[in-house]
Amino acid sequence: MNNGGQLIAPEKIPTGIEGFEAITRGGLPEGRTSMVVGTSGSGKTIFGAEFLYRGIHQFDRPGIFITFEERPTDIIRNVQKIGWDFQDLVAKEKLKFIDASPEPVPAEETGAYDLSGLLSQIEYARNSIGAKLLVMDSIGALFYQFQNAGIIRREIFRITDALKAMGLTAVITAERLHEYGVISRHGIEEFVSDNVIILRNVLQHEKCRRTVQVLKIRGDDHYQGEFPFTISKTGMSILPLSTVQLKQSSSKERISFGNAKLDEMTDGGLFRDSIILVSGPTGSGKTLMCTTFTAEACRKGERVMMLAYEESREQLLRNAQGWGMDFQKWEDAGLLKIHCQYPESKGPEDHLLMIKREIEAFKPRRLIMDSISAMERVVPFRNFREFVIALTSYVKQESICSLFTSTTPRLSGGDSVTEAHISTITDAIVLLRYVEISGVLRRGIAVIKMRGSQHDKQVREFTINYEGLHLGEPFKNIQNIILGVPTATGPSESEQLGDMFE
Amino acid sequence: MKYAFKLFINGESVASQKAVTNLRKIVRKNLSVGYDIQVVDVIKEPALAAEAGIIATPTVIKKVPPPERKVIGDLSDKEKVLLGLGLKVSKNAADNFEEKETLDE
Repeated sequence: MNNGGQLIAPEKIPTGIEGFEAITRGGLPEGRTSMVVGTSGSGKTIFGAEFLYRGIHQFDRPGIFITFEERPTDIIRNVQKIGWDFQDLVAKEKLKFIDASPEPVPAEETGAYDLSGLLSQIEYARNSIGAKLLVMDSIGALFYQFQNAGIIRREIFRITDALKAMGLTAVITAERLHEYGVISRHGIEEFVSDNVIILRNVLQHEKCRRTVQVLKIRGDDHYQGEFPFTISKTGMSILPLSTVQLKQSSSKERISFGNAKLDEMTDGGLFRDSIILVSGPTGSGKTLMCTTFTAEACRKGERVMMLAYEESREQLLRNAQGWGMDFQKWEDAGLLKIHCQYPESKGPEDHLLMIKREIEAFKPRRLIMDSISAMERVVPFRNFREFVIALTSYVKQESICSLFTSTTPRLSGGDSVTEAHISTITDAIVLLRYVEISGVLRRGIAVIKMRGSQHDKQVREFTINYEGLHLGEPFKNIQNIILGVPTATGPSESEQLGDMFE
Repeated sequence: MKYAFKLFINGESVASQKAVTNLRKIVRKNLSVGYDIQVVDVIKEPALAAEAGIIATPTVIKKVPPPERKVIGDLSDKEKVLLGLGLKVSKNAADNFEEKETLDE
């Protein structure tokens, strides 16, 4: 059959592993064998175990687990920690183990043999529980258990052929020695499978970074490159980062910033599913912006989550109190959730996972991260960009109006790496800048971007007092506020001073 | 003392047929006591293969006397079979009065 000149690829079935369907565009090819290769400790066994667990639980596909390295009892004990009760699945005849782990006394070999014993055990297990899935972990161990590599190669090939005939969707794991280079230790993947997935665990910047790469899935497209993943209490979580389609803002609903003037500047408020970046040097009023935004949400009865990377909970509460806002009350009412954490506490993948879990549990309508540039300090350049993309695409998908702050390195403003990465992703950018006029520091605010809408292009003065944020009139006869060094224009200083505010 | 062996085979394969012949020949010539050989075809009786955890065929297991010992393959090397099944302790001792015999290879 022809499908636009391409061979029709087998249907894919979902694995249930978080993020895996996104990077493979649907999962693993049904009725085929896929190889999962990785160094020791890269997560191969967990992948196999989760593939079975999710397959049984979410899709009602019974499975067979063939262990070549560990004893089934070890596997059962290990996954128990993640909360997967394999013993129960075995009792319910949804899961069947085949123990092919090495025996304490290796058997003597003499002459030719084959692996028909294993094959007949597979068929028997399949027939007895109606298995649809199969995992072999890890196939390389066969080469240690048996001495005749030629026979083992031939038999692995024969078994995968038989699996196909039995219609089993299989995952075979294989060990590799190095993170990059030869795909698997015994070169079996070449003839065993059209589908190869690589798991890596690389030490980078003193932190372990796990990634998954779909090397090939025959006759089909998938996403290229490595995607970070984590292994947590809930199993594997792949962060599909760039695979998320960039959706243009679809919501027409506007929500208030919490300040009437600011809503005016943004032509009626923020879009419900937009991402706002507030950028400014230290002390320019970013935290107040966050507080204003938070207070507005709480007053409207919307849940809001605040991720604070720079200030402690006490500081935040005290600041808000100073502006007449009672964060404690809102937190008690279940409208507000404040998370204070050091960005250094974990890697970006784990932060992201934590944020996702918290959002899933709390279901906020608004999210605040103060500041996103704090994260930039602690993670490598590339990972930071991935973090930002993953986070923004996730909150967009969930239609959570999100406000991120970014601290510019210099008082006068200027670019930060954060902005370079995030500015194209955000829907609105608000700049806060110091403006020095005749020896006095004042604050200026400008909306430099407002996707899908008009916005006020003037730089306005804003002030902070005990009531919070106040927007004033546009600066006049001053240029270069945004670019960093404001200079007076106009014919004379006296005229300038007189005309500075309309 | 009586010996008991279980030989798991894949009925159709040449190696399996050889293993049956070779095992019979070896025990007949080397065991002075009684023995019992049970041949199991894993294709016909997968449940027994599963129960015994058989991966490779042919596999012979010496069940009695304990401990259990296993040898894999067509059993064409008599010495390896005897040692592997624990029917002979020292190879050097056996080498002294090696009797050459033809096994089905």
